[in-house]
Amino acid sequence: MIAAAIAYLAFTTFVAGTVWRVVVWARAPVPFPIALTCGQQNAAWLENPWTPAGAACRLALEALFFRSLLRNSVGQACSLRPSSTRPGERSSPAFLYRPALSLWAAALLFHICLFWVWLGHLRFFVDPALLGPANRFLDAALLAALSFLFLRRVFDPRLRYLTLFSDYLPLALLATVASSGVLMRWWAHTDVVAVKRFAIGLATFHPVAPVAVGLLFYIHLFAASALVASIPFTKLTHMAGIFFSPTRNLPNRSRARRHVNPWLAPAQIHTYAEWEDEFRDKMRAAGLPLEHQ
Amino acid sequence: MTEPKPEQLVQIDYTPPRAPWPGAPVEFRKGTYSHAGAAKNLKYLGLPNPRDWQPADLDWKLPENWREIILEGMRERLAKYRSFRLFMDICVRCGACADKCHFYLGTGDPRNMPVLRAELLRSVYRRYFTPAGRALGRLAGARDLTVDVLKEWFYYFYQCTECRRCSVFCPFGIDTAEVTMVARELLNLVGCNINWIVEPAANCQRTGNHLGIQPHGFKDTLDFAVDEIASLTGIRVEAPVNRKGAEILFVAPSADFYGTPHYYTLLGYLMVLHEARVDYTFSAYASEGGNFGMFVSHELMQRLNAKIYAEAHRLGVKWVLGGECGHMWRVLHQYMNTLNGPPDFLEPPVSPVTGTVFSNARSACAVHICELTADLVAHGKLRLDPARNDRWTVTFHDSCNTARGMGLLEEPRLLLRAACNHFFEMPENTIRERTLCCGSGAGLGGDENFETRMRGGLPRAAAVRQVKEVDGVNLLACICAIDKASLPKLLDYWVGGVEVAGVHELVGNALVMSGEKPRAADLRGEAYV
Repeated sequence: MIAAAIAYLAFTTFVAGTVWRVVVWARAPVPFPIALTCGQQNAAWLENPWTPAGAACRLALEALFFRSLLRNSVGQACSLRPSSTRPGERSSPAFLYRPALSLWAAALLFHICLFWVWLGHLRFFVDPALLGPANRFLDAALLAALSFLFLRRVFDPRLRYLTLFSDYLPLALLATVASSGVLMRWWAHTDVVAVKRFAIGLATFHPVAPVAVGLLFYIHLFAASALVASIPFTKLTHMAGIFFSPTRNLPNRSRARRHVNPWLAPAQIHTYAEWEDEFRDKMRAAGLPLEHQ
Repeated sequence: MTEPKPEQLVQIDYTPPRAPWPGAPVEFRKGTYSHAGAAKNLKYLGLPNPRDWQPADLDWKLPENWREIILEGMRERLAKYRSFRLFMDICVRCGACADKCHFYLGTGDPRNMPVLRAELLRSVYRRYFTPAGRALGRLAGARDLTVDVLKEWFYYFYQCTECRRCSVFCPFGIDTAEVTMVARELLNLVGCNINWIVEPAANCQRTGNHLGIQPHGFKDTLDFAVDEIASLTGIRVEAPVNRKGAEILFVAPSADFYGTPHYYTLLGYLMVLHEARVDYTFSAYASEGGNFGMFVSHELMQRLNAKIYAEAHRLGVKWVLGGECGHMWRVLHQYMNTLNGPPDFLEPPVSPVTGTVFSNARSACAVHICELTADLVAHGKLRLDPARNDRWTVTFHDSCNTARGMGLLEEPRLLLRAACNHFFEMPENTIRERTLCCGSGAGLGGDENFETRMRGGLPRAAAVRQVKEVDGVNLLACICAIDKASLPKLLDYWVGGVEVAGVHELVGNALVMSGEKPRAADLRGEAYV
């Protein structure tokens, strides 16, 4: 029954934490219309949307296909070219910007596989099962993408430097969950019927203790619970946050339609009258029009 | 101060230090930071903690309860700005932004990667405002707010030009400009700011413009420009100041009245507005389009910006026309209407010549001069002779704010193609929404900050060098006053043989004015051969 308690606790933490997060974000106003424009105004409807519908499309493509990562490049300073070492020539490096799509590909692959695997788990919770069993390619792709995302942090010196301990933690949990799952599915066969009985018990709020499911199952369950519970409190919260991002979800129409800031006080302006008072004599001498002679 | 040679600065080491982030406290080395804001300017603006100090001093003379002030300021801003709260929470440190920052590319300093620039603030946010950071400290990426951390903020948040290039590449749209703006607001709460920002802001508060030009001087400059145009073209244009009843109030960045090469752009404006018979007036009170308040706080931005609508109201104009400037247009496009609107005494802008309705500006009632002129050219209302710009082979540098905060990309290009015979684009990763900053924006253009500016501008200069070598480019056109101030020095330092001009200078050169005498010289006074 401890297993069931932990699963419930994790799920509750996830739901409550996410609601808390979203409420905190939603309660903070968007004081200024700070859309980031990536195309010609009034022409590039997607890159520089001027309607909320356009902005919604832009955001959807961002959330579903990580579109900004498609722009990614590696900026590299090349060594001095021969021409610049001639006498009298100034030296400056050329910068090369090579397209770098590996991060986009690995991130997208990882997220798609994770989503698909998560969807596949629904077959444990509904009877009869809706989806077919997982397949080897999906599992392999998930592990490969996960490994890539981990290894780039280890082997790229720049990434190693900017990575925090708290970036490795979700990766470690994901690796534990994924590898224990894969082992159970393909090698150390677990009693699927027992697992399903446990899962349906959870879903119907009549928890039953899992019987004879083995250590791997507990590792899988506990790591998954820790992962799910940590989502609202770590960077994994990005999955909800992206929809709130004001540079991407706002249309660029701030001159056509006024954006209201709820907390703004009127400006403490240095008035024209004060200004004219200071410069009146000089203005008169220069023949500038005055409000008061 | 002796300036470092390009050969020295070009040795950029991208290897991160061995010690893990956040690394050693910041060292304030001459040439890499800006002078502190002078007490008199802070006093004039009513900003907190005016005093004599410099960033290299050991003791910054902070108020005793500075930590409480900053943390309270953070708490307040977390509740007021969804952007700030969200951008503190959702970064996954994927590193896509890392090499998109011109300061990182030019310095190799890892704390200039946008992700780590934000992390300077984020680590403190975690420590005091998140359960994980409170409980786990360093393990959760949290750290205490100390004087060293504050100094680090000062160094790196005055080493960000708020250009927003990193945000283009971020899969969550995290905008370092937002983070930097909040960080600078926090620093300002304890009086940590730079003089290259607060002095222009104080000038603007008092005289109406950053340069501190008083009204009679402002009129003199315009009269002088009118004389100059008369001697070049034989035509006396008008440049009215504070004239009530005009249709349009024209506001330009004040550098256009005194700076070089800005001044030639001013001549171009005056010629185009005359030729199109636009009924307009300048104002000596609202004689600044730029807004250095933006680099201090939203409150000061609002205060300085308020003069534009107030003056439009007093003069009884129908709408506002704005000159060539970068951050000015970030303010006019994305902030002005919210900060000081709605301007219900104005009318939706209509071109007096073509009848085009600028429906994209129907609420804020402010139009960019490139929008107006491009519309004139597109309707064939201006006669242009591009051969008059034949000594120039031109490229165009998008300014960060008009590109990424507005989407004004094609209007200036239309003008350049119409006014010049030789126009070439820089590589695609360095223009339009991916444009690279000049390295001196957001108030960092002081002479004392020379090394940082040259380093920050290096990626831009490298792209210019490329079109110079491949296409023979010898002129960089732009629509930003800071660009016009900083790029001549930058290009001279890294490239050589490429000059800088405003788009309206080139339009002015090419403009065939009705009744003009044959042009013997261009707007720079250089004789046509």
